[in-house]
Amino acid sequence: MATRIVQFDNVRKHYQMGPVTVEALRGVSFGIEAGDYISIMGPSGCGKSTLLNLLGCLDRPTSGRFLLGEEDVSQMDDDALSAVRGARLGFVFQSYNLIQQLSVVENIEVPLYYQGRPEDESRERARELAARVGLESRMEHKPFELSGGQQQRVAIARALVNDPLVILADEPTGNLDSTSGAEILNLFDDLNQQGKTLIMVTHDTSVAKHSRRSIRLRDGHLESDVRH
Amino acid sequence: MSAINPITAFRGLTLARLKRTVRLGIKSLWLHRLRSLLTVLGIVFGVCSVIAMLAIGEGASYEAQENIKTLGSQNIILRSVKPPEEQKVTDKGSQSYVMQYGITYTDVKRIRDTIPGVTVVLPARIIRDYAWNISRRVDCELVGTVPWYPEMRNHRVAAGRFFTDTDMDGKSSVCVLGAEMVPALFPLETPLGKHIRVGGDYYLVVGVMEPRGQAVKGDESQSDASKSTGKRMYVPLETVKMRYGEVLMRRRTGSFEAERVQLHEVTVKVASLDQVMNVAEAVKQALEHGHKKKDYEVVVPLELLKRAQDIARIFNIVLGSIAAISLLVGGIGIMNIMLASVTERTREIGIRRALGARRRDIILQFLVETVLLSGAGGIIGVLLGVAIPFVVTWTADMKTIITFWSPLLAFGISALVGIVFGIYPAIRAAEMDPVEALRHE
Repeated sequence: MATRIVQFDNVRKHYQMGPVTVEALRGVSFGIEAGDYISIMGPSGCGKSTLLNLLGCLDRPTSGRFLLGEEDVSQMDDDALSAVRGARLGFVFQSYNLIQQLSVVENIEVPLYYQGRPEDESRERARELAARVGLESRMEHKPFELSGGQQQRVAIARALVNDPLVILADEPTGNLDSTSGAEILNLFDDLNQQGKTLIMVTHDTSVAKHSRRSIRLRDGHLESDVRH
Repeated sequence: MSAINPITAFRGLTLARLKRTVRLGIKSLWLHRLRSLLTVLGIVFGVCSVIAMLAIGEGASYEAQENIKTLGSQNIILRSVKPPEEQKVTDKGSQSYVMQYGITYTDVKRIRDTIPGVTVVLPARIIRDYAWNISRRVDCELVGTVPWYPEMRNHRVAAGRFFTDTDMDGKSSVCVLGAEMVPALFPLETPLGKHIRVGGDYYLVVGVMEPRGQAVKGDESQSDASKSTGKRMYVPLETVKMRYGEVLMRRRTGSFEAERVQLHEVTVKVASLDQVMNVAEAVKQALEHGHKKKDYEVVVPLELLKRAQDIARIFNIVLGSIAAISLLVGGIGIMNIMLASVTERTREIGIRRALGARRRDIILQFLVETVLLSGAGGIIGVLLGVAIPFVVTWTADMKTIITFWSPLLAFGISALVGIVFGIYPAIRAAEMDPVEALRHE
């Protein structure tokens, strides 16, 4: 049995929208083991994004408990959450979200910068990862000089740079053509083979097929949780 | 158990970290070069004008104070003034009327004998006439005075000598020329040992005075002395008394007027600086007592000096206010652009927050950018501000003084403006919800 690295216990999340309280998550419980590859699916408005924000420590649950590694992050303050994000999580977004004024290598080393790692060490590691995702010839390019697939690979390298517990991907192939999308999914498969834990939000069943386990949400509840 | 390394990395603000933040800031500003430049112009002009104006103001007040100092700060100068009402009477009235006014020998005696603190009294008679060197003519003032005039008025002899007690006693016809007269009368040769003619008399030139700045005028003086052309020649007082007597005739078209003036100008030297104001007051009272009309004026260089210093101070306050306002405007300009920049870079802020940036990291980033902007503006402003006074001195021939503290102060304030006006945009950036920021288009 692998180590459990994510534990959700009856997590609820409410938003106050003017006079109305929106219940985005109405008590969700599940656990994730290290090395797993999970896809989260569901129709829009089902709470996918909310769940991803909670998993990404960008937001705190209204009630319930969320353990990441061995730490209860559900009640941490803002600074502690930033530290957790920087050290434990890797993010891959639909629209790549690279910083425009920075080069490929500089983008990759941003998480290390906020952890206060020495510059030469971070630079070394960023170069390594750029090579690993196949961008050794593009290290000093700016994001706007790269194709969508290349930008997403930079984002993946950035997600790996801090050796995170979990990599969170939000529709990583949503903005890509099918060829680049397939390349990215293959890269994810490789990473998972190497033991990385991946959580991917998608609404595309063919993309979800790459994962080992699918969690389906509906109206803020866990609808199904299947392994395939 | 998989390798979960604890979050232990030191994340305090180190110099290396600050350096990287500064580099990042420069990168971000460089991305929008033109915008950064325009943003900073307000600060540039603010700083530049402060330094330039202070330098020009300082130069002007220095010159004024130097001029006043040449009058001697321990001196009190009395001048005879033609009373204005009297002038009207003579204009339409009888032509044989001899006007009598001004400071008298009695006044001088009273001042010297009764007021404590008065050390030396220097009388002078000033007669306006033409001085001739063969066919060259100069309109000048013939100053009949005493041999110790140079020391008392801080006016030194440049060549030759001043006249002596012997000249004085012997009523000899010697003169010392003001530097301003020399080029007009003796353009090619040295005047020493030559003779010049004034009226019907010849005078031997024994010395030439040093040039001095623009003659400093008394307040609202209308005296003959203050209409001075700056061209003066100095002759022993006794000689002048003998040659001209006390009644002066002036021919004008259709009429002539006569005035009886004993002394035109009297300089009173006070023993010490702190007595000057009291002695001046006593002199004023003594004169008021002896004169029915206000036919004299009292100029106290020390008073003028104090007034000049007061004016300089007010000038500095006004400049300071203008500077403060222009830097405030510059600061608001920077804040405006930084707020726009924060909105524009909401996405970047969201990304950085997701990747582990704390609120204070975001604050630092934006604050550093603002301070870089205003600091760069300050440096450009200092360079321009230091250059402008040189240009002014070179083109307009005005004295300018750049005090060492004015660039420092201006630069310091501009950096401070950066911090003050950078705080709010930076906090706005840091307070953003990372989820919202990431969703921002």
